[in-house]
Amino acid sequence: MSLDEMIVAIVFLPLLSALVVGLSVRRISDKHAQFITSGCMVIAALLSLFVFNSVALQHQFTTIPVLPWIQSGDMVSNWALRVDPLTAVMLVVVTVVSAVVHCYSVGYMSHDHHKQRFMCYLSLFTFCMLMLVTADNFIQLFFGWEGVGLCSYLLIGFWFEKSSANDASMKAFIVNRVGDFGFALGIMATFLIFGTVQFDAVFAQVPQKADTLMQFLSWELNTMDVICLLLFVGAMGKSAQLLLHTWLPDAMEGPTPVSALIHAATMVTAGVFMVARISPMMEYAPTALLVVTLVGAATAFFAATVGLVQNDIKRVIAYSTCSQLGYMFFACGVSAYSAGIFHLMTHAFFKALLFLGAGSVIHAVSGEQDMRHMGGLWKKIPYTYAFMWIGSLALAGLPVFAGYYSKDMILEAAYASGSQQGQVAFILGIAAALMTAFYSWRLLFMTFHGKPRASHEVMHHVHESPPIMLVPLVVLVVGAIFSGMLGYYSFGMVDPHGDFWGTSIYMRPDNNVLEAAHHVPEWVAYSPIAIAILGILAAYFLYIRKPALPVRLADRAKPLYRFLLNKWYFDELYQALFVNTSKRLGLRLWKSVDVKIIDDLGPNGVASASAYMGRLTSRLQTGFVYHYAFAMLIGLVVLLSAVLLGVIEGGV
Amino acid sequence: MSPMLYGSITLTHYLTVSSLLFVIGVCGIFLNRKNIITILMAIELILLSVNINLVTFSVTLGDLTGQIFSILVLTVAAAEAAIGLAILVVYYRNRGSIDVEDINMMKG
Amino acid sequence: MESFDLASLLFYVFAAVVSLSAVMVISARNSVHSVFFLILAFFNASGLFVLLGAEYIAMTLVIVYVGAVAVLFLFVVMMLNVNYQRLRAGFLKYLPVGLLVATILFIELIALQYASAFSMLSMASISAEIPDPAVTSNTKAIGDLLYTRYVYVFQLAGLVLLVAMIGAIVLTLRQRPGVKRQRIYKQVNRKREESIELVQVESGKGVRS
Repeated sequence: MSLDEMIVAIVFLPLLSALVVGLSVRRISDKHAQFITSGCMVIAALLSLFVFNSVALQHQFTTIPVLPWIQSGDMVSNWALRVDPLTAVMLVVVTVVSAVVHCYSVGYMSHDHHKQRFMCYLSLFTFCMLMLVTADNFIQLFFGWEGVGLCSYLLIGFWFEKSSANDASMKAFIVNRVGDFGFALGIMATFLIFGTVQFDAVFAQVPQKADTLMQFLSWELNTMDVICLLLFVGAMGKSAQLLLHTWLPDAMEGPTPVSALIHAATMVTAGVFMVARISPMMEYAPTALLVVTLVGAATAFFAATVGLVQNDIKRVIAYSTCSQLGYMFFACGVSAYSAGIFHLMTHAFFKALLFLGAGSVIHAVSGEQDMRHMGGLWKKIPYTYAFMWIGSLALAGLPVFAGYYSKDMILEAAYASGSQQGQVAFILGIAAALMTAFYSWRLLFMTFHGKPRASHEVMHHVHESPPIMLVPLVVLVVGAIFSGMLGYYSFGMVDPHGDFWGTSIYMRPDNNVLEAAHHVPEWVAYSPIAIAILGILAAYFLYIRKPALPVRLADRAKPLYRFLLNKWYFDELYQALFVNTSKRLGLRLWKSVDVKIIDDLGPNGVASASAYMGRLTSRLQTGFVYHYAFAMLIGLVVLLSAVLLGVIEGGV
Repeated sequence: MSPMLYGSITLTHYLTVSSLLFVIGVCGIFLNRKNIITILMAIELILLSVNINLVTFSVTLGDLTGQIFSILVLTVAAAEAAIGLAILVVYYRNRGSIDVEDINMMKG
Repeated sequence: MESFDLASLLFYVFAAVVSLSAVMVISARNSVHSVFFLILAFFNASGLFVLLGAEYIAMTLVIVYVGAVAVLFLFVVMMLNVNYQRLRAGFLKYLPVGLLVATILFIELIALQYASAFSMLSMASISAEIPDPAVTSNTKAIGDLLYTRYVYVFQLAGLVLLVAMIGAIVLTLRQRPGVKRQRIYKQVNRKREESIELVQVESGKGVRS
């Protein structure tokens, strides 16, 4: 099978399985549906390893044209599959995690009545994500972007009978929309400035447009800054960065496999991927890079603070995801795109592992998600316990495990970038690392250790997950342990002199941040490890040694505790600023404009006017014949007058 | 040409009389508040005015056709008066009154 | 000073009386009076016709209108027991508008006479020349025309009258229940079997037992 055929298979197998299962829901059995979708995904995952080998390791870049799509004057957007090292890495990440999640879902959703729909949506999502990463032009990227947003909506609201799930899915979609608006503006600006939306064509022209100005609203601004900032707004929405983050925690309403796939490994990383993809453009937009760095660092810090006090197991991991995404962004912001993507890859493995492990825990305690009602589980579900430990070690960035290599790289790059925003990012990153370690072990201790706080009923039912759920996790465990070392040493992903990325990630020739990152002072290199160990010890102290202390601390610092628990009151702020305003506006537009003005001037008005005219006219029918005769007489007089006065030609 | 119009009486005089009768008849139809028989009598006046008009022109133009037509108008007027009164009688039998204001069953 | 001869005087008299009678027809309170004024109007109109030299029309007017139609009106007025009518309240409300419209109509009808088409009267083609009245009387002239050129129209007029007659009967004829009537055909078609019965009567007992 040639490389091209493999790539086509990878992209289209998920679509095929989604269509087949989606269109024959209830006509084929559950087992068949699951087999088809999971089977196709596993094949795609295996093929993606081959593709990775060819493209990334043997440098066989390729672009496969599929269809001519949009050809409207100068605007040409053809569907092509572009595979370069960046794409290849994403292909592996997406397909492997998706395959794992498909297999896991077979077990996790075994009691659900809508298994087939679920599998169909998962495969459809994978297809859209693959479209996104193999995109050859902005419009195709946007298609994948929107597609994953749609699938996210469908999957978050999978249990649509729950109104909270419906609300969460709508929130996700709408907040994403805000980001997509900026993204669309960015694409339009790109077309306006460059005359094309195809990546290579745009990237080739970037140096020429580097220092020009363009008109935006009423200001003259640097062209590249405007475009890149607009595109970054899209990334903020999709990847739940600081201001557009509100949807991610609520997205935990969806089933756990969904959270693992979409909100840990793939969809939310689309933003990072996009920023790396447009690195040729970002390199010439210093203001945009500054903004990206600051937003990423702020998000990393903010999400970690909120994760400290959350009680829902999935929410802790969700905020952790948000925080790690912030890391990836500020890595890109200091021009260390490869470090960002490297962390994306390792993060996909250990975060998915954490989520699916949490799913195992929830499955074991019969659906309980509040950590305050768990505890004392480690003996009963040892495998899950072990997997969660591995995932947490990787997340905290302890040596050997995957997170160590990528996270360290990012922090070193931030320090080494030399700019002010880099320093800020470094400090915030270190603080976030401390908090990350703390809350990860808080989760472990509260969930698995101590006295069982669940009811006796529940504790009696605690059981290890079936193999169908555990075996896929092994794949993730392998990734969580080895992907870091592989990436760092074998593939040289963050080697400044390495040729792994080829032309897929661009850095300006005068940009030597990666080089400098390898030569930072000793203390910078060891600080993340030290901080992590500090966090683990703190968690141990607070949750094993003196379990009563956290509650007392929370009571002492009530305002701060409430502030963190309520996510810095962002939701309330947005509710007051945007939601209530639009609700009122909508209400006013409905009542006054739509009902009173449009309806009353339009259909209702015309109808009532006709009725009124009818009533008036029917008053002419008095029933008295002499009235009718009078009317005839008047008609006669009028006609006669018209003839006499010459209005009508009458021969007089 | 007009051997029958004497002296100072011209076409205009006769036509004025005819018009006057016509207008009075028309007034009688819609200004009456009494009963339906008045309407029928007003119709007779209108037909009378038409007859005067026809004969006047016949004499003025020296064409006998006008008088033939006048005879026919007479015939029809008589027939119409008969039928009209027959209808009135039957109506009276059914309704019990011939006040014009009670005849509004076509109101709508 | 134009000659004020009898004919003109008669014309003015007839014209004035016809107009006044017409007004009284429609405004008399008593319906019988209305009919009488109608009769008066017909008579005066007839006089006008005589002045015009159309004496046949004039006499026919008297015979048909006065003799038949007006009498018919009188019959109906009497039969329906139409009483002295009081003027309705709405009459005065409509009076100005109605009079205005009527006046406008009258003025226009007069104004028509001064329209330019009137001057073309002299060029009108005559289809039936009036013969010299000294030779042929009006009646004879009409008869000559009516029975030759307009004979079909004449017959049709007769048919119209027939229809009117039948119509009047059809509309007003009613069979009253409970009124005894002879049915001649039944009387004539009676057979001996259904009308006579021979009964042997015993003495001292009645016909029926």
